[in-house]
Amino acid sequence: MLKLSKGASALALIAVLVAPNVIAAGTKVSLEPAEIDPDNISSLQRGARNFMNYCSGCHGAQYVRYNTIGKALDLSEEQLIDNLMFNADKTFETIQSSMPSDDAKRWYGVAPPDLSLVARSKGVDYIYNFLRGFYIEEQSPTGVNNLVLEGTSMPHVLWELQGYQTAKFSSHSNEDGSVTKSFEGFEAMNAGAMDAEDYDEFVRDTVNFLAYISEPIRSDRRKLGVWVLMFLIFFYIVASMLKKQIWKDVK
Amino acid sequence: MARIEAEVGKPQGGLVKWIDDRFPMTATLKYHITEYYASKNLNLWYVFGVLAFVVLAIQLLTGIFLTMNYKPSATEAFASVEYIMRDVEWGWLIRYMHSTGASFFFIVVYLHMYRAMLYGSYKKPRELIWLIGMLIFFVLMAEAFAGYLLPWGQMSYWGAQVIISLFGAIPWVGEALVEIIRGDYSISDITLNRFFALHVILLPLVLVGLVFVHIVALHEVGSNNPDGIEIKKNKDASGKPLDGITFHPYHTSKDLVVIIVFLMIFSAVVFFAPEMGGYFLEHANFEPANVTATPEHIAPVWYFTPFYAILRAVPDKLWGFILFGLSVILPVFLPWLDRSRVKSIRYRGWIYKGALGTFTVTFLVLGWLGTQPAEGLYVLMARVFSVLYFAFFLLMPYYTAIDKTKPVPDRVTYHA
Repeated sequence: MLKLSKGASALALIAVLVAPNVIAAGTKVSLEPAEIDPDNISSLQRGARNFMNYCSGCHGAQYVRYNTIGKALDLSEEQLIDNLMFNADKTFETIQSSMPSDDAKRWYGVAPPDLSLVARSKGVDYIYNFLRGFYIEEQSPTGVNNLVLEGTSMPHVLWELQGYQTAKFSSHSNEDGSVTKSFEGFEAMNAGAMDAEDYDEFVRDTVNFLAYISEPIRSDRRKLGVWVLMFLIFFYIVASMLKKQIWKDVK
Repeated sequence: MARIEAEVGKPQGGLVKWIDDRFPMTATLKYHITEYYASKNLNLWYVFGVLAFVVLAIQLLTGIFLTMNYKPSATEAFASVEYIMRDVEWGWLIRYMHSTGASFFFIVVYLHMYRAMLYGSYKKPRELIWLIGMLIFFVLMAEAFAGYLLPWGQMSYWGAQVIISLFGAIPWVGEALVEIIRGDYSISDITLNRFFALHVILLPLVLVGLVFVHIVALHEVGSNNPDGIEIKKNKDASGKPLDGITFHPYHTSKDLVVIIVFLMIFSAVVFFAPEMGGYFLEHANFEPANVTATPEHIAPVWYFTPFYAILRAVPDKLWGFILFGLSVILPVFLPWLDRSRVKSIRYRGWIYKGALGTFTVTFLVLGWLGTQPAEGLYVLMARVFSVLYFAFFLLMPYYTAIDKTKPVPDRVTYHA
C-alpha cells in the first residue's frame, strides 16, 4: 500500500473539494440510451465475439471465467475454445489482457482498465456513447479525442468499422469570462466497413456483453426473485388466516 | 415390577422442571413472551422494533458467511468481494442481502425513532429506553461506516477519507485523533484491518448487548401505544391490564404477517434492484480504491446524508463539524425538551403537529441535499433547512409548553 505524506493527503482532500467545479467547467454531453436487451442471447454472443476480437487485446476482465460465459451464452465447450479463448488454455480461466500492464503504462501513460465491472461503475449508456464518441483531433497523441471522456488515452480501436468522424462545437463566453463549449454534432470524414446503423448495433451488442459480465448472475437472480415473491405471497395468506383466527377473541 | 421401581426414583416434572430448578427458563418465557402484555391497539408504526430485530438477525447471519470468504487486505479486499459475487455458491445472494440489509436497517430504525416522536414514547417513564435506543443508533452508524470501507471501492475509500478527516477540525487533538482512527497517515491497509475488526467483532457485540438491554428496559415499564395511555393503570381483578393482550400469541401472530410483508419489499430490492439506483450500492464503488484518482462526486451513503448536508451548509470547518455532531446528538435530549402534558400526537395541539410535520419535510430535504453537489441554490437550501432542523429541537421546550392539548381518555381506542 502506497503511503502518503501529510501534505499529499491534504492535497488529496483539496482535490476532493474542488473536483466538482472542474467537472462543471467541462463540456456537458447528454448520453444517448444504449437500449440493450440482456435476454437476447444472440446479441450477447455477438458481443462476446466483439469483445474478444477488439477489446481483450488490451483490456482484461479478470473476474470473469470463460466457462461462466459459455454456460450463459449457450456455447458448447468447443465453440467456446474455438471462438472466444484466444489467450487461455482451460475454460475455468479468467479473461486476461494480452498486453503486459507495464508496457501498457509506458505506451499509453495509463494501463487499460479492467472491464469486468465497467458497466456497473460507468453505466451502459456511458460505454455506448464512449465507443461511438471518438473524433479526429490532430494534436492528440492518438489522433483522436472522445466526446464522453475528454483526453482519453485510448486510440480509436474500431476505426476500421466506424470510419473517422469530426466533431463540431460551438463556443460562447460566459459572464465570468470562462468559455463553454457545446457539442453540435459529428460529421463523417471517411467511411468505415459498417454504416452508422450497423456500427451502433455492433456497439450495442458489445455493451450488452459488458453489462452481462459485470453481473453474470443478473438473469438468474431475477428468475429466482419471482419464485421467492410467490412463496412469500402464499406464506402471507397462511399467516393472515392464522392471525385472524388468533385475534378472534380480542374485543 | 422393574418399571414401577424405576418411576419411584424419577423426579417429577421432567426436563423442564429440571432446567427450571437450575435456570429461570419458564419464568423468563412468561415474563417476556407469553405473559408480557402490550396494548391491543398497536398500529403499523409499532412494527419497526420487531423489524429492526429481523434485520439485525439478517445482518449477523449473512455477515458470518461473508466473513468466511472476505479478505481484509488492501490488495485483496475488492477482488474477494467479486469472488463472493461470482464464484462462491450463493455468495451473491448473501452479499446483496447484507448490502440491502444495511440500508433497510436505517430505514427501519429511522421509522422506529419517528414512531417514538409521534406517540411520545420517549417521555416518562421510558426515558432510559430512549437513551439506550440512541446509543444503539450511534453504534449502528459506526458499524455502517466501518462496514462501508470493507469492499475497498472508490467510494469506500474516498468517503472514509472525507469523513475521517472531519475529526481533524477539532482544535489541538484533531490531527492526532485522525491518525489514531486511521492508524496511518492516510487510509491504508492498516485502516482496513482495524475497521474490519470493529465491524465484525467489537461493534456487533456492543450492538447485540445494547439491544438486549433496550428490550429488558422496555419490558420493565411496558410498551407505549398510539394513545399514549399507560395500560397498567387499568387492571382486572387478577392484575392483568384490561387493554393489554399477551405478546404471544397475539402480537407474534400479527408480527409474523408484518415480517412477511417486510420480506417481500426486502426481496424485491435484493432480487430486482440491489443497487437501488446507486443509493444502496454506489456506482463508483464498483471501481477498486485508487489513491491517486478522486471520484467526480463524493457523497456518503443515503442514510448519512441529512447530517452531511448540515455539515456542508456551514462555511467554517470547525463549526461545520460541531453542528454536524450536534445534529446527530440532539435527539438524545428529546425526553427533556418535550414539555407537553400528553404523549401521543392524537391529543396534542396544532403547534406540535405543525412542528413535527415541518421537521419531517426538513429531514427528507436535507437527506436529498446531502446527495447533491453543494453549489448554487442547494447551499442556501441546506442552510435554511439546517436552521429548521435545529429550531425543531431547541424551541421545543417553548412550543410544547404553550401547545393546547386535548383531554386523554382513560382507556385506549380500539375497534375490533
